[in-house]
This record gives sequence, structure tokens and C-alpha cells, in this order.
Amino acid sequence: MSTLTALAKAQAVAAGRAQPIATVRHAHISDMPLVFIPLTMAGEANAPLAVMVGTDEDRPELLIVPQPRDRGLRFDFAARLAEILLPYAEGFCSATEAVPTDRKRDVRYRYLDAPQIIVPAPAGIGFVRLFGRSTRFRRTDGDYPVLPTVPLLGRWLTFFADRAEQPGSSMLLSLTEMLSAHWATGQSGHEDAHLGSLVNWIAPPPGMSGAKAARLAEDPEVCPPAGPATDPGFDNDVLGPAMEIYRAASEGDDPEAERAAYRELEDLLRGQLAPTWELMWRGLRVMRSMPPGASVEARWAQDRDVFSDFSLYVQGGGAPQARRDGAVAAATRLHKLERAGQSYAIERAFDDPLIMAEHRLGGEAFVGEVTLSKPDRVDDTGKRPVLRPRIQVVTTDPVLFPEGTTLVSPSKPQQKGRVIFVTPVEDGGKTEVVLELSGGMGRGLRAPAGSVPEVGERITYTSLSLGYAPPGTFPSREETPWTHGGPPQYSIADDPLDQGDHAATEDWS
Amino acid sequence: MSAPGAAANAVVDAVLADLGKGSHRGVVVDSPPGAGKSTLVVKAAQVLAAAGEQLIVIAQTNEQVDDLIDRLATAAPDLPIGRLSAGDYRASERVQQHRSVTVGAKIGDVGQGSVIIATAAKWATVADGSWAWAIVDEAYQMRSDALLRVASRFSRALFVGDPGQLDPFSTVESARWTGLTWDPMLSAVSVLLRHNPDLPVHRLPVSWRLPPSAAEVVAPAFYPFTGFRAGTEPGDRSLVLDVGSARVHVPEGPDPDAVDAAVAQAAATGWALYELPARHTIRTDGEAAAACAALALRVLEAGAVAVSERSRDGAAVDASRIAIGTAHRDQAAVIRNLLRGTPGETITVDTANRLQGREYDVTVVLHPLSGRRDATAFHLESGRLCVLTSRHRHACIVVARAGIPDLLDAHPSTDPVHLNTAEPAPRVVRSASGARREVCPREQRCRTTPEAGKQDLDLDSSPGRREFRRRDAGRAIA
Repeated sequence: MSTLTALAKAQAVAAGRAQPIATVRHAHISDMPLVFIPLTMAGEANAPLAVMVGTDEDRPELLIVPQPRDRGLRFDFAARLAEILLPYAEGFCSATEAVPTDRKRDVRYRYLDAPQIIVPAPAGIGFVRLFGRSTRFRRTDGDYPVLPTVPLLGRWLTFFADRAEQPGSSMLLSLTEMLSAHWATGQSGHEDAHLGSLVNWIAPPPGMSGAKAARLAEDPEVCPPAGPATDPGFDNDVLGPAMEIYRAASEGDDPEAERAAYRELEDLLRGQLAPTWELMWRGLRVMRSMPPGASVEARWAQDRDVFSDFSLYVQGGGAPQARRDGAVAAATRLHKLERAGQSYAIERAFDDPLIMAEHRLGGEAFVGEVTLSKPDRVDDTGKRPVLRPRIQVVTTDPVLFPEGTTLVSPSKPQQKGRVIFVTPVEDGGKTEVVLELSGGMGRGLRAPAGSVPEVGERITYTSLSLGYAPPGTFPSREETPWTHGGPPQYSIADDPLDQGDHAATEDWS
Repeated sequence: MSAPGAAANAVVDAVLADLGKGSHRGVVVDSPPGAGKSTLVVKAAQVLAAAGEQLIVIAQTNEQVDDLIDRLATAAPDLPIGRLSAGDYRASERVQQHRSVTVGAKIGDVGQGSVIIATAAKWATVADGSWAWAIVDEAYQMRSDALLRVASRFSRALFVGDPGQLDPFSTVESARWTGLTWDPMLSAVSVLLRHNPDLPVHRLPVSWRLPPSAAEVVAPAFYPFTGFRAGTEPGDRSLVLDVGSARVHVPEGPDPDAVDAAVAQAAATGWALYELPARHTIRTDGEAAAACAALALRVLEAGAVAVSERSRDGAAVDASRIAIGTAHRDQAAVIRNLLRGTPGETITVDTANRLQGREYDVTVVLHPLSGRRDATAFHLESGRLCVLTSRHRHACIVVARAGIPDLLDAHPSTDPVHLNTAEPAPRVVRSASGARREVCPREQRCRTTPEAGKQDLDLDSSPGRREFRRRDAGRAIA
């Protein structure tokens, strides 16, 4: 936990209300997000029990599996879920926009919007990943055939789960993580994983402190767990007996009794899910009320790019994603994740002064006032004269940069400032920093108005840089070197259904 | 026990013989701190070049590349050397002084037939060409995905590195690849040996850098299954102080007498602990930083003279022979600021990552767990403490807040256990002294060490080689 977050948590305790640790929203929130609350059955690995899903707060759809131990019922459930999720995702495959590529010599097209799934907690993302794995390899023929939409659903769920790993992507988000990234509460990180208490810390009902509202929400009778795990008390006292009644009824020959038992289960599970459903939309309203960060739009555009590519791949009958990454795929993926993580961290700091403040504490940035500015300074010591304005910034932040360091200001990312002098001022712990500027001022020897910080301007300089680095190159899969086992002998992606260890034959699937 | 020199030479000869035979695609050499790793690399490069082999050298940082070039060009002035580098690289003095070195940004610029040296990151940008041999330096610092990107450039390779140092790391946390033999988060050597278990693995047995006082602590703490010994005997080296010298620069805070006492103890025994009262602090703990600066300055002002097998008459310990090591960059920056404007301004202050491979007479170490409320994986990483406490030829002074053992007890390891992975999960065993150790039983790979199992560990399977996490490593020093 960073120093500022620790401070905000202490303030939250004192104030009885969550404190913001971000001034802008760093995630995209769709106009039509799909809220998705899965529940699983205790004791069975990722066996779906129920899901409440929908894009309209007033019209949640409930799907249940009356007996999760029955694999047939599980895949019936998958088919019903596909009927909701696939049209939702495919609904975005309509209007496109042209994006210039290859230095404007070519264009590609991407969809104007993309699907977004919101689950309550990180474990919900885990459910999406595992349910995707158990469905994407299912066969539509043979011994236990499923509907063609089931493996298709698996591909989409896997796609969403993979995107959720990518820092800065907003295609599949967990609400508790998103809220915790923007608010500090007066409780521990573990307690923040409970959606009910987290939302109540941030947005308590009128006339109640956040701390008290959060404590009330800890009662599973009032606020059942947001899943996928269920409350053991509910499992033992309510769910278990109701399932037993359903089992007995389904083995008997009274269809009316079976329907009644099914409805009873539905009502019980709706009771467990409805409070979370309400919390999800409350939490989303909190997130929507924050203004988006400047780079959120660009990151969502990347999501739309990836979504456009994947929907084309699926429409073209693409194979399911490989069960595990090969040596080259693993290295490539790690490289992409690291790049995304790095730029996401820097973009957040550039978008948000409160996050930049963390870096100021760590000596990676300072904020100060411009006290001197020489915008027309020309350096003529080289072959030809170049415009090199100098400014002096006075700051009360500690300045740990050695002279010669290159800095940038988030307000002028195209311009670099080289540290020339760092002089501590005697009174009041201030520091004078002289910077020599280059770039972002056109080609001439006169700086255009506004391109050089003016005297009196308050400005941030940081060593964090969004500079472009070319992506790494990797050998092809067929060229996997001997140090990594050589080229793979077979391809899971080419023929996933012929592998001995694929999901379709796993006994849990 | 044979003389340390003979034992070390025997290993080097065995390595060179393995290279000469060419019956394996790779040879791995493990080296404890200061065991002559660079000397071996230079020797191997000369032998391979003399045999007419096409050779490239892959190092991890530009600093390491320049070091290697300097050593190789000095040892073999007639050998043409190419230094492949980024476009904005300016050759350092060490490199410029050698006429046999050509610097270039592209393979075509550095000449045919020469030994080409570059960082792994630079080699990854070379798209074509294949050489008969590569020497991979600091291979344990290299992540396996970096090896994947450069491995097509060579047919055979010598991998040299220190298994006790910092493992490579990633900013991405993912269990996605756990258990895969090609997990990109693992070190290059781990992945290499998993796919090529028959490769010969040698170990250099003698540390020429560490004095006996350090070897007897560092070897059992960080190399419990292989160990090593010091190349010198107790009494071969000494650190002489001018005790009465004036205190000129005393940073505010630390008690000058306690500082003097710590420096004197370090000079006499090779180790000292400067303990601050227990307290939870922010990362840039001002008191601890001031203590680090004061200790280093005191060593300088006390006119320390290092007597060793290198200089029998003694050599002054100037600022270039002292280093301060920290866990975080901001801690180093704070200490550097304290030293500004003092005679200690040019003392090296850096993080463990950057101190890897470097050597000093005296080091001051800010303990990674000092003042912390929690013990995270980063701060528990035994390689970090190993690097920090194995950079010195004479003495090491550790600065820490009291309470580290309590912190270790209060934060048990909660790493998830993965089943069915190639690497068994660490388990806790108790040594004869009662100290708790987490060890990772693995197949024995070290063939040059018959005495490898000579540890006081209660192991029912053969001891492994590395990748153990020893929380008590903190206790060994604190």
C-alpha cells in the first residue's frame, strides 16, 4: 500500500466515509454494460449454480442450474447463457469507423463500440475464465454433443477473460477492483473484496455513515455474498433441502411438482442475487459520476480494435484458444502485458494529479511555479542554431533528479526538459530547477505562443515517459529454439479435439 | 583440502574441456560471488576464438558489456572485437582505449570474424545470422523469454552466472504459465536445463572476493546446497583505521560514537550491525538513510587502509572503493542527496539490482526489511540480500531497524502452492540449530561437488541447487 493510500485510509476511518484516491475515472464505462453475477455450487469446481445477467437494471435475467452436479444441465445452462451473451456481443458488430494505418497509406476498420462485462469481484473473472475453458472445446457431435453456441460461448468467455489480464483494458472488469482503485475505505483490503461493504463505504444511504452502512452489509442475510461462492449457511439450510426436493420431484412422474420445485429454487437464488444486482448498479452509478481520464478513450479504442479483430476471427470459424501457451506464445503474451502495464501506469499518472502525487513523494516528479522563462533562447554552439528555451521552476517538493536528467510535463508530453541546475534555496525548503526545453515548438527559431511555459504557470515535471518503444520481435512457433524444447511436435490450436488431455475428456468438464 | 587455486583451476579446465569436446549443445557454470566468473568468460572466449570458432557474447547490461570488452581486449589485444550497441551509445573510455574494438549499431558495421559482444536486448533486434558459439554472461539474471529471442543466433552456448543473486522479475503477476517448462518468468538457465537435462553443470568453488568472515556467513545462508569457500585465509586481509581522526562531516541524527563503534567492529571482524530502534517507517526512512551516509563517511574520514593479497602495503579506501546498497531507488536517491557536498559525494549508492557483479572494499547495506510493516515477496527475496551482503572484499556494515525476526514471524509465507509442477513447492525443514528453513527439494545437478550435501539440513531427498527461499536469510545477518 502506498503512503498516500495509507493516509486516505486513515482519513476514511476518521471521516467514516471512503476517500477518493483518484480524481478521474481510469476505466471506460459503457453505455450498455452487461452486468454478470455468477454463483457456483460449493464443493464442485466451477459448477455453475445460477447467474443474474442483463444490461437493464430493471430487467435482470436469471438462469439457474437446478442440479449443478448434472453435466447435462450445466451445458443446457451454457446454451441458455449463450443466447444472452452472444447476441449482446454480436450486437456491437455493426457500425464501423476507418482507422488509418501504415502511416496513413492504408485503412482498417473497427467497430464504433464494444461489449463490456462487469462482474462483482475478481473471482467472477475467474469463473468466466474457467467456464470458458470448460465450454470452448465441447463437441457438437459424438457422445455428449452440445449446441454449436456452447463452444462459441467458450471462445467469447475466454476472450473476455484474456482481456481482463491486460492492464488498462475495460472489456471485463470486476467492480470491487475498479472501486478500490478509485476509493480508499477505512477497512482492510480483504474486507474491500466484499462488494456490499465497499459500496456502502463509498455511497452510504442518506443519513448513515459509510462505516455503519458497511457493517450492516456484512450480514449475509441482508447482503448475501456477491459470488461466485455462496453463503454456507444458505447452502446448508436453504439450498440443499430445496435441491433435494427438486431431485425427488424430477425422479417422480409429476411434472407439476418438478416445475414447482424448479420455481422454488429460482425464487431462492433470485433472493440471493437480487441484493448484489442492486449493489452492482449502485457501484456503476458511482463510477459513472466521475469524469473519465484523458487517456480512457484511447485505451477503449484499443479494446474496440481487439474486439473487432476477434469477432472477425470468430465469424471466420477460428479455432478455440489453445489450452496453454507454447514457449513463443507465452513470451509474446508476457511482453504485451508488460508493455500494457507500463503505459497504463504512466497514463494514469499523467491523467490524474492525485496519482502523480505518489510519484512526487517517491522523487519521480515535482510540481512548481515557473519563475523565470527565456522562450527565445537559441543554442548556436552546434552545427546550426537550435531553439533551446530555458525556464526556472521553484518547487517545495524534494528534487532528487541529478543534472542532465530528461523530464517531461504531462501538460506538454511532446516537449522534453533537460535538468540544467538544481539549486536548493535557503528559506523554506524550496528548490530552484532550471530546465532546457526541446521539442514541441515547431521548426523555427521562435517558439509559438503557448509552447513554452510562462512565468507564473504551475507545472509538473516527471521522469516518467510515454515515449514510444518498438514492440519486441519473437521467433515463430516453428522456430522455437533448442533451449526451449525446439518446435512443438503438434499443435493444440490446429486440432484441439484430438489431444489426449483436452478439456472434453476431463472428468470435471 | 586442496589449495583453493588448484580447486578453482580444475573446474575451469573441466569447463574448457567440455567446450572443446563439443558433445553438448551447452555448458552451464554456476559461480558464487567473486569466484572468477569474468575471468572464465574471457578465457573461454579466447580458447574458442583461437580454435577458429565464430563467437558472440551476450551480456545483460551495457555496463557488463563494457566490462567484458575491457577485460577481453586487455587479455587478447590482437583479437578483433565488435561492440554492437544502440544508436545513441557513446563508447566509454574503457572501450575506446582498445584499438581492437569496433563499435557499431548493425552487424555489418562491426566486422566479420570478430567476437561480437552486446546486451541480450540488443541481440534480440538482430534478425539474421547464426554463430557457432555464444557465451551468455549473467545467465541467471536473464529471463527465459530474453533467451528465447536470441537463441536462434547460436548453435552452442556457454551459460555463466550466479544462482544466488536476484532472480529475474516481471511487473506482471500471472500464474498462467506456472508449471510450464518454458515459463517466461523463470531464469534462462532454469528453462534451459529443464529442456536439456543432460547439459554439464560446473560450479566454481572459490570466492576470491569475499573474505573468510563473509564466506562463512554467505555460503550457508544463500548457497546451502553447494557452498563455496574463501580464497584467502583469516589474517590475509585487514582494514586499518585511524581511530583518532577528526569527524568532519557528521550528518544530522546518528550518534557519532555508535557510528564509530560500528565502523571499528566492521574493520575488526568483517561485519557490523548498526541497529536503529524498532519502528514502522515509510520506505525512505530518514534516520536509516542518515545512518548509512554517516557510516560510509566515517569509513572515508577514518582513512581506512585495506591490506590484502593484492596490496601488501595497503591501499587507501577512497570513495570509489565504498558502496551503499539499498532495496529501492528512492532510498538510494535520499542517501545520495545526503552525501552531496561531502567528500563522500562520489561513493556509489545504488540498488541491489544495479550492484550485481560489482566489487568494493567496504559496503554499507540498508536491510530490505528495515522498518517495514509487512514482508512482501520483493523484500523477502533472498537474492537481494545475497547481492547486498556479498559485494565487499573487507567489511560490510548492515543498517536495520530492530524487529526483523518478529516481522518474519508475523508474516508467514502465503504463496500459493501449485501441484503437479516441474518444481516441487518449497517445504520447511529444521536445521540442527533449530533455525527454520524453507527448501525446495530438487534433483541434484551439481556434479563437481561431492561435498554438496554437507549441510546440517534434514533432507530425505537429494538436495537441490537453487530456487529455495530462506526467510532466515534475514536472520543470518540481522
